[in-house]
Amino acid sequence: MNPDEARDGSARGVPGRIIEIHKTTNEDIDMSVLVDESTRLIVQGITGSTGSFHTQQMLEYGTNIVGGVTPGKGGQSVEGVPVFNTVREAVTETGCNATVIYVPPPFAADAMMEAAEAGIELIVTITEGVPVQDMVAVNRYLQGKDVSLIGPNCPGVITPGQCKIGIMPGHIHKAGSVGVVSRSGTLTYEAVDQLTRRGIGQSTCIGIGGDPINGFDFIDCLRLFEEDPDTEAVVAIGEIGGSAEEEAAQWVAENMTKPVAGFIAGRTAPPGKRMGHAGAIISGGEGTAEGKIKAMQEAGIAVALSPADIGKTLEEVMNS
Amino acid sequence: MNIHEYQAKQIFRDLGVTVPEGRPVFSVDEAVEAAEELGGSLWVVKAQIHAGGRGKAGGVKIAQSLDEVRQHADDILGTTLVTHQTGPDGQLVRRLYIEEGVDIERELYVGLVIDRATDGVVLMASTEGGVEIETVAEEAPEKILKVAIDPLTGLTDFQGRQIAFGLGLHGKAVFQAVGFMKALYSAFTQTDASTVEINPLVETTDGELIALDAKMNFDDNALYRHPDIEELRDESEEDPAEMRAKEHGLSYVNLDGNIGCMVNGAGLAMGTMDIIKHYGGEPANFLDVGGGAEADTVAEAFKIITDDERVQVIFINIFGGIMKCDVIADGVIAAVDEVGLDVPLVVRLAGTNVDAGKRILEESSFGIVSADSMADGARKAIDLLEG
Repeated sequence: MNPDEARDGSARGVPGRIIEIHKTTNEDIDMSVLVDESTRLIVQGITGSTGSFHTQQMLEYGTNIVGGVTPGKGGQSVEGVPVFNTVREAVTETGCNATVIYVPPPFAADAMMEAAEAGIELIVTITEGVPVQDMVAVNRYLQGKDVSLIGPNCPGVITPGQCKIGIMPGHIHKAGSVGVVSRSGTLTYEAVDQLTRRGIGQSTCIGIGGDPINGFDFIDCLRLFEEDPDTEAVVAIGEIGGSAEEEAAQWVAENMTKPVAGFIAGRTAPPGKRMGHAGAIISGGEGTAEGKIKAMQEAGIAVALSPADIGKTLEEVMNS
Repeated sequence: MNIHEYQAKQIFRDLGVTVPEGRPVFSVDEAVEAAEELGGSLWVVKAQIHAGGRGKAGGVKIAQSLDEVRQHADDILGTTLVTHQTGPDGQLVRRLYIEEGVDIERELYVGLVIDRATDGVVLMASTEGGVEIETVAEEAPEKILKVAIDPLTGLTDFQGRQIAFGLGLHGKAVFQAVGFMKALYSAFTQTDASTVEINPLVETTDGELIALDAKMNFDDNALYRHPDIEELRDESEEDPAEMRAKEHGLSYVNLDGNIGCMVNGAGLAMGTMDIIKHYGGEPANFLDVGGGAEADTVAEAFKIITDDERVQVIFINIFGGIMKCDVIADGVIAAVDEVGLDVPLVVRLAGTNVDAGKRILEESSFGIVSADSMADGARKAIDLLEG
């Protein structure tokens, strides 16, 4: 299937698809990755307490929220944003191209699939606690569809000064040229704060989430940053569990021309214990911080050994 | 969430995976009765704890008479087994599983895991049963067979045959093995398991496959839809502080050090442990109060830390995003007011409303030490420990 077919849905025989609003291509976006001023966002779960609170916060930051979805509450409005019953209806009425999901865990997988089916290009799932096997089904469902999934269990995506999608505090960010990708939430805020205090701005910050099965991984984000002309360097923050950081390190060694600084959380975590995040567990000798740090260093990534030194480490690689 | 071997075997039995007959027991007399009921002339007396490596630690013994069943049950029940998975303190044996003996021809391995690389379930099998699969993976990775399972179709017959032939099975045993593995995959998906491991899976002298051991872990995020599995939880196998934290929506892991930590967010909580260690200290725990914790959650978290007698200094590290620093500070003050403060407390606040939060702490009469950064907080906590 070629990308245009995927966008207008004709290859899948989806009737009533609005073609015009899906014409955004990579060439149209000249700053940052994934989200910018042209992002037209809807909020799934907008009438819930978390959804409505963050709708207000995102609007305050300047994010262009064009609608919300809560099944059965169509016709209402939240913070002046119209609510629809289905994502399909929201797409038809608003021309949205991104969604952020705050619905509770039992319904999150369905919400992601509904958004993908309706042709939304970017799905950001904040919800924490989605069953792993639900995510196996979601990823299978997304295969072959022209859609990017960020999360679940993540803080979201922000392009400072343009668009904030998620739950991160907007005010600690500053527009600039460093891309940030991380499995963590507050540790990312810590790193961003260190950058901003040093006067180093960010192009886009992407929280990929702490679950074992998720959407975008490190490599997906690193590739975007490598291709983005406005990103000059990258901070990658990983943690124990799995081998995504090792794979990312190998990708960096083979493909990345921009400097990368990194940090791995959990050097002191005991094996076999889940450290808060569902995916943060050392099992069967796999997923240790030492292994990840070594792989990153061998790939030429400057790894901060203390979380207090992430900003400093990035500054050093940018200056060297 | 973990369950015992006998509980996993009951799930297997219900879903058509072949397991030996057995009975869980709580006393020596019950053990002998169970062996009598099972009949035959060969039994296995197995300690039931939530950790692997029981055999090596003396927790699994073969009995060839009822007297031997009594003897072994008496030996194992009430002892503390130390295995590579229990930690140095070991785990007290409170229950046994009495199982009929099996004539073993070969010991194999089969397991199902969630595989992050393929975003799905992977079945692994090996002819090297009875030893730790991690050891096989390290020393002879070519002896581990793997198939990635498409959630749309489940484990297909041809994948099952690939594994069965790979394990060196012949004739009818191949087809029995396919049925066995498909039943195992059903058990995995129907219960929202995160790991299923049978080690050893045995081929009997009759050419039949039987799950001689059974280990199941479940996805905590999916327990809401499996109340029957939640009921299998054995609270005596779990850390009381970890259980208490879970009830309040907190994520807590007990560690060996003396600096109690309270942090918001899993990554920052790990980073806080790391920075304490970086400056030469030892964290007493991992404690994530979550991204959106409120004052009462903070208070509960504080009590869990102060109840830990090993804690000699407390370090609270909060990056307020949506969670405002002044709210956190109020929660801390409320908690200290309620439970008192016997050890020094270092607080580092950053982010939203940081100045208001710091002022609240400074104006309190508890002598709380304020830190300007993570590094500053960690160093101050360590200094207070030594001073």
